[in-house]
Amino acid sequence: MSGVLEQARALFSQDNVLFVLAAMGRTLMMTLLGCALGFIAGMLLALLRRSTRSYLAPVRLIAAVYVELFRRIPFLVILFIVLFAIGPIAPDASLFTIAAVSICLLATAFLSEIVGAGLDSVPTTQVQAAEALNLGRLRTLRYVVLPQAWRVILPPAIAFGVMFIKDTALASQMGVVELTFAGKVLVNRGVAPALGFGLILLCYFALSYPLTRLGAHLERRLATSRH
Amino acid sequence: MPHLDIEEICAQYGDTRVLDAVSLHIERGEVVSVIGPSGSGKSTLLRVLMGLTPPTRGTVRLEGSVIDYRSRASMRSARARMAIVFQQYNLFQNMTVLRNVTLAPIAVQKRGPLEAEQDAIRVLEKVGLGDKLSAYPDELSGGQQQRVAIARSLALRPEILLLDEVTAALDPELVQEVLCTIRALARDGITLLIVSHEMSFVREISDRVVMMDAGRIVEAGPASEIFNAPRVPRTREFMRRLG
Amino acid sequence: MSYQFDFGPAFGSVRYLIRGAGLTLVIAFVSFWLGAVIGLLGALGKTRGGASLRRAIDGYVVFMTNTPALVQVYFIFYGLPSVGITLAPLTAVLIGLVLNSGAYLTEIIRAGVLSVPKSELEATEAIGLTRLQSVRYVVIPHVLRTVYGPLVNFFVLLVLGSSMAALFGVEELTGRAINISTTNLRTIETFIIVALIYVALTLCAQLALTAAGRRSLYRARPAKRSAYV
Repeated sequence: MSGVLEQARALFSQDNVLFVLAAMGRTLMMTLLGCALGFIAGMLLALLRRSTRSYLAPVRLIAAVYVELFRRIPFLVILFIVLFAIGPIAPDASLFTIAAVSICLLATAFLSEIVGAGLDSVPTTQVQAAEALNLGRLRTLRYVVLPQAWRVILPPAIAFGVMFIKDTALASQMGVVELTFAGKVLVNRGVAPALGFGLILLCYFALSYPLTRLGAHLERRLATSRH
Repeated sequence: MPHLDIEEICAQYGDTRVLDAVSLHIERGEVVSVIGPSGSGKSTLLRVLMGLTPPTRGTVRLEGSVIDYRSRASMRSARARMAIVFQQYNLFQNMTVLRNVTLAPIAVQKRGPLEAEQDAIRVLEKVGLGDKLSAYPDELSGGQQQRVAIARSLALRPEILLLDEVTAALDPELVQEVLCTIRALARDGITLLIVSHEMSFVREISDRVVMMDAGRIVEAGPASEIFNAPRVPRTREFMRRLG
Repeated sequence: MSYQFDFGPAFGSVRYLIRGAGLTLVIAFVSFWLGAVIGLLGALGKTRGGASLRRAIDGYVVFMTNTPALVQVYFIFYGLPSVGITLAPLTAVLIGLVLNSGAYLTEIIRAGVLSVPKSELEATEAIGLTRLQSVRYVVIPHVLRTVYGPLVNFFVLLVLGSSMAALFGVEELTGRAINISTTNLRTIETFIIVALIYVALTLCAQLALTAAGRRSLYRARPAKRSAYV
């Protein structure tokens, strides 16, 4: 068993620790970036799909197709498509950019459904009252719908974030130096696979579990109060 | 010129014709009540006037100028002069009573916040809720919420107020307080178009009463005539059934 | 953008890809059912077991649901050889997916079991059903109805998640796409077709399963002796 202890000590060399921490940061950054941009784009899509102006009908169709499509394609496949499609458009794009674009494409599709459900959860009666008061769509959104919708949006959005941290592991395939890639590097450096990947699993756990707990806590709190 | 001139308005839900060539002229300051059995199109008429349901045919003129229900600009200017109170109050649950009332004046009419607040407080005191300014809708009774809804529409200083069965969702004890409020509005001279089941109230407050059935106006006339000596058999039958 | 799309070579390999899709479905199917066994045991353990059993299952579920399946498989595939167990890639992927699914399904099934209203259980006592009967006639139908939707969703996620097997050389749909595109160099077209196949797979699976569920779980059974007392 002394072999394991020695290995563990070698594993936690300053070099390795810093390396893994940096990779953890990358994973976190990819997740946050994807979720933030995906949220904004997703909300735009959700709003677009709910607009009533007739000239927006083709846009609504495209948005609907987009969401249904990208929720049913594996993230790995999206990564590959973006990887090869981005060549002709932007040949100097970094691996990180490729991963980020793929993340945003996926996140937008999922988050637009989550945001949409939140928007729909506000009773239409209030929306009609706002319409009758001449508030207009934008102000109705800002003062009436969003303040009430975010309670329905937040818990599933956090659940999505948790799912997403795990999905970023696939970006390791692109060579992005995130947590999973770091694991492979460690193993290449001679760390025992079980130890190396075990450590990586713990790192993911450290990132994901607090978020899961936060989501559960928020879900309980938001279910009760209304304001 | 009539304040509100409704001419041959038709409306449909899918295949059903909910409003069939409804015509009505309402003078300034008049209190007109619409009565009739459920499904006769009374509420739909109010919704169509506010542009919440599009009419398929017919014209509505507000003091002579036509309201184009397909143009947002036209709808906006019409809604600046007309207001509606719904049966389900439809208050904004995420705001206090005061905010519910000041939101539209500040955001839409661009009135200064202080002025809007003072105005709102005045209106809320008028409906008897001056002490509930910072309460949230779910802390209020049905009658109180409905009075806030009335205050909210009054804050925009509309010329015409549409009241859609505003006491129907209330417990009987709470109905009176709302009726009191409406009586005060009628005294102030605002033009009122009321859809209601409260027959004694309708009789007391209305200048004219309109009876609707199956999307059509069956009979219209002064309150005393409709209640005491209705001419159309359908009206008589309706009155009789009310006992 | 001066890329010339040419779907020819990709279309030619469609049959090869479809066979890969078959393996994808098999992977998802096996992972789902074996995972469901674990899920059932886990749910039962958590609702009826002692404190230490509950904590152990909790630990398992929490750990597996908060870490990526990919790294779990890496751990199994690369880590086990050091204790003498060498696994074929597909086996490692399946084990990983089964253990992973087991955790999620434990939660889904447990939620279903907890969703049976106490009032219904009390009613079964009141009319004199034995424990076994109440489980058979009241609990199970209710649980099935509650969990069916989430289970269908999870299966769809498994179909998508099986794509990770490609990273271990398994020749399911994504794996075959990688194979072809290295030869025909039409990577974008190949992967677009693969993406569409995944969409078709998941849509069909979802629609078929949802329809089947509606028929068998909600249909009123008039003449036949009904399970719904």
